[in-house]
Amino acid sequence: MPKDGIGASTKRREDLRFLTGNGKYTDDINLRGQAFVHFLRSDVAHGRINGIDTTVAADMPGVLRIFTAADFESAGGLPCGWQVTDKHGQPMQEPKHPILAEGKVRHVGDPIAAVVAETAEQARDAAEAIEVDIEELPAVIDMKAALAEGAPKVHDELTSNLCYDWGFVEENKAAVDEAFDKAAHVVSLELVNNRLVANPMEPRVAVGDYDPWGDQSTLYTTSQNPHVIRLLMGAFVLNIPEHKLRVVAPDVGGGFGSKIYHYAEEAFCTFAARALKRPVKWTCSRSEAFISDAQGRDHRTKMELALDADHNFTAIRTETYANMGAYLSTFAPSIPTWLHGTLMAGNYRTPLIYVNVKAVFTNTVPVDAYRGAGRPEATYQLERIIDKAARDLGVDPIALRRQNFIKPDQYPYQTPVAVVYDTGNYDATMDKLLEITDHAGFAARAAESANRGKLRGFGVASYIEACGIAPSNLVGQLGARAGLYESATIRVNATGSISVYTGSHSHGQGHETTFAQVVADMIGVDASTIEIHHGDTSNSPMGMGTYGSRSLAVGGSAIVRATNKVVDKAKKIAAHLLECAPEDIELKDGKFSVAGTDKSVDWSGVTLAAYVPHNYPLEDLEPGLEETAFYDPSNFTYPAGAYGCEVEIDPETGKVDIVGFAAADDFGNVVNPMIVEGQVHGGLAQGIGQALMENCVFDDSGQLLSGSFMDYAMPRADDFPGFKVDHSCNTPCTHNPLGVKGCGEAGAIGSPPAVVNAVIDALHRAGHTHVSHIDMPLTPSRVWAAMQK
Amino acid sequence: MGKVTMTVNGRQMTAEAEGRTLLSTWLREGLGLTGTHVGCDTSQCGACVVHVDGQPVKSCTALAMDLDGAEVRTIEGMANADGSLSAIQQAFQDHHGLQCGFCTPGMVMAAAALLKENPKPTEAEVRHYLEGNICRCTGYHNIVKAVLAASGQDVSGLGIAAE
Ligand code: FES
Ligand code: FES
Repeated sequence: MPKDGIGASTKRREDLRFLTGNGKYTDDINLRGQAFVHFLRSDVAHGRINGIDTTVAADMPGVLRIFTAADFESAGGLPCGWQVTDKHGQPMQEPKHPILAEGKVRHVGDPIAAVVAETAEQARDAAEAIEVDIEELPAVIDMKAALAEGAPKVHDELTSNLCYDWGFVEENKAAVDEAFDKAAHVVSLELVNNRLVANPMEPRVAVGDYDPWGDQSTLYTTSQNPHVIRLLMGAFVLNIPEHKLRVVAPDVGGGFGSKIYHYAEEAFCTFAARALKRPVKWTCSRSEAFISDAQGRDHRTKMELALDADHNFTAIRTETYANMGAYLSTFAPSIPTWLHGTLMAGNYRTPLIYVNVKAVFTNTVPVDAYRGAGRPEATYQLERIIDKAARDLGVDPIALRRQNFIKPDQYPYQTPVAVVYDTGNYDATMDKLLEITDHAGFAARAAESANRGKLRGFGVASYIEACGIAPSNLVGQLGARAGLYESATIRVNATGSISVYTGSHSHGQGHETTFAQVVADMIGVDASTIEIHHGDTSNSPMGMGTYGSRSLAVGGSAIVRATNKVVDKAKKIAAHLLECAPEDIELKDGKFSVAGTDKSVDWSGVTLAAYVPHNYPLEDLEPGLEETAFYDPSNFTYPAGAYGCEVEIDPETGKVDIVGFAAADDFGNVVNPMIVEGQVHGGLAQGIGQALMENCVFDDSGQLLSGSFMDYAMPRADDFPGFKVDHSCNTPCTHNPLGVKGCGEAGAIGSPPAVVNAVIDALHRAGHTHVSHIDMPLTPSRVWAAMQK
Repeated sequence: MGKVTMTVNGRQMTAEAEGRTLLSTWLREGLGLTGTHVGCDTSQCGACVVHVDGQPVKSCTALAMDLDGAEVRTIEGMANADGSLSAIQQAFQDHHGLQCGFCTPGMVMAAAALLKENPKPTEAEVRHYLEGNICRCTGYHNIVKAVLAASGQDVSGLGIAAE
């Protein structure tokens, strides 16, 4: 293995530019002659637009043009990428999502008009001078109220605010109900999965450019998947064919899901650049991000678990209300359904499961995938109810989990919710967790906390996630309107250096380093001779981008496949040079040799021959050494693990301090342990943030109460201790060539229930046994109030 | 509109500013020093931290006009004279203290100010000092580790089980 091959904690090459201020983020791009757009956004949650008067604004200094919905009559709405079919076999209700509001505004932040001016300040000043006559309508904010008879409708053309009522697996419902009727014990819990704002530190930016001479549009945008944006925007919104549209997502400052979707501002800048024949730039402010980025979670669930007399799980039944917000964001309908219902078996052998989800339109900002997306919601329900069951039955929560775990000899394991787990070992990660948290020392630490007047508690959670999305034929049956393969091109240059073009996109994950490690390992050359290119539709093959912890499992597999093709061809060239059969050629450490002889040619000798084919089998082989591959996974990958949280509560204030947090994960094989650990740390911070402080709140009239970093509590350095993370208990994925599973979301999935379980544990140990649940975020006031009852 | 001159990373630089032009805007748009980032509009995130006359300042809270003649250091001026990474930058790379890199310039500038003020901070002091800098990617673990390492302290025991 070369020193920077698979398994090495290679330092990240991209860090050099980021650490010196030389990153190239979208807002760092300034094009000659560029104009700026400012969006006038609705300040009411629901209203009818009776008129927009732009006369004063249009005459203000620097204003080039003001756009309203009327300018977009030829354009389509922002498309939804997934159609869910309801429990009666009917398609979901799918309202139009216009670029600028048509007739009505439906949430605070809905864009009404857009001013393009010479400077950003002029655009903003003129937007303030636009007169909009809006007749405010009653808003629906609460999901259950939105479904009540006679509730105001978010979309007048729909029959109600119900997007769909989904049952999974509908055919199993009667059997599930029967299992509950027969159960020895039934435990139930109502819980809220709080709405979150992804808040990548880089706000969104879009720069549209247009070359009238070649009729070429270019969009620079903060996206996790530039090809997807090109496809959606080109084919469905602006009617620009792919060869006339280039989408570039350069360095992107975090995404966490919120930069997957095709947003109105992207289509606007592309459209306006064509209309004005000038580049048009939009830079989102943080306040604007809070009302225009798709948000996450926002589920309300009734969860029930049935157990037999021996405490084996016999059935699960759930009913969830999932907030879609005012419009369907690109992948919104799939999150509470296929990314949530299919995970409801968790790590456990529960033979019967029924999941019901009602997706609801409300006058709030749209909701879509946020780190974990559906899987954190499933895990939270399961891991909370198992803890409650253990408490109700008077058994150890860890023992109850272990008793019901799927065991290592049961793989492949067909769950009752469609997915088939390929590998895993949940006892192993639980054992490792208890070791690294020093579980044995907990009692002594609790006593020490008590001496200081503090309440200490310990909580665990197991999780499994389905990631590495996804088999295209399967998701096609489930309603996806896209394939979910990944692509790679390996371009070997004449002197042996290698340029890799991937359809994956890095916005913090370190692909430039890890993908180079994979190729270096396979060929046996130094990683420094390999460059990874991504984020530009003009040079990478059609790819689906990065989300759902798919880059290495799917994108990495495409790279492996393309590299294998390169190696196969290179072996044929080597065989010609060494005058033997290709089957006799071995590639090791960057050298091709004839098995059993000392004849060899090195990598660059072969690559040079490919491009200077003087001594070359031209009749059998094309010159050059460049291959493209697409990889479509045959299954999801199933990372799993056990997380443990130790908290200390101040009984005077209810303030919860995380005093220890450990994660034992099974990610299969690991390419760069340093990066994997970093991904877990980041996920943990987001999950603990959800559990303790983050909360996106609208008031009854639909005003966002948590619309800035002053009101929306972002986790900070002093909110956490150091984390203990371990990934040594690995069971490699059985169906991708690297045996990898995906690590990007695990931390955010497994940590919220561990935190809540720890808090409930601390309260029970202190005698507050009436507290069976507290909804997230567990703020001091909520914890204190719970203790008072 | 008027001209504002500052010594930025050791060189005299002049660019136009309006009365309302923020130092962050002046650096990014006036001088093209886009290493200084803007992550919020409520002076909460710290992505924009630079040093003004040796002190860490959130450049989104300062007006360029008020700083005529000031000495400013940005992330572009942090590397060693030979172009290699300074100790604090190197520690961020060594300990994986950055992922997307967006908070990084502000983090590095804040961390450098901390170490100047307090050359051997404790873990708690680092966490407390960096409270004004939000990172959404790293969970802070490796940032804290990098800062402690840059201060010359042993970080091998900082909670990474695999090490
Ligand atoms: S941009 Fe200055 S504090 Fe956020
Ligand atoms: S590295 Fe992305 S915000 Fe800190």
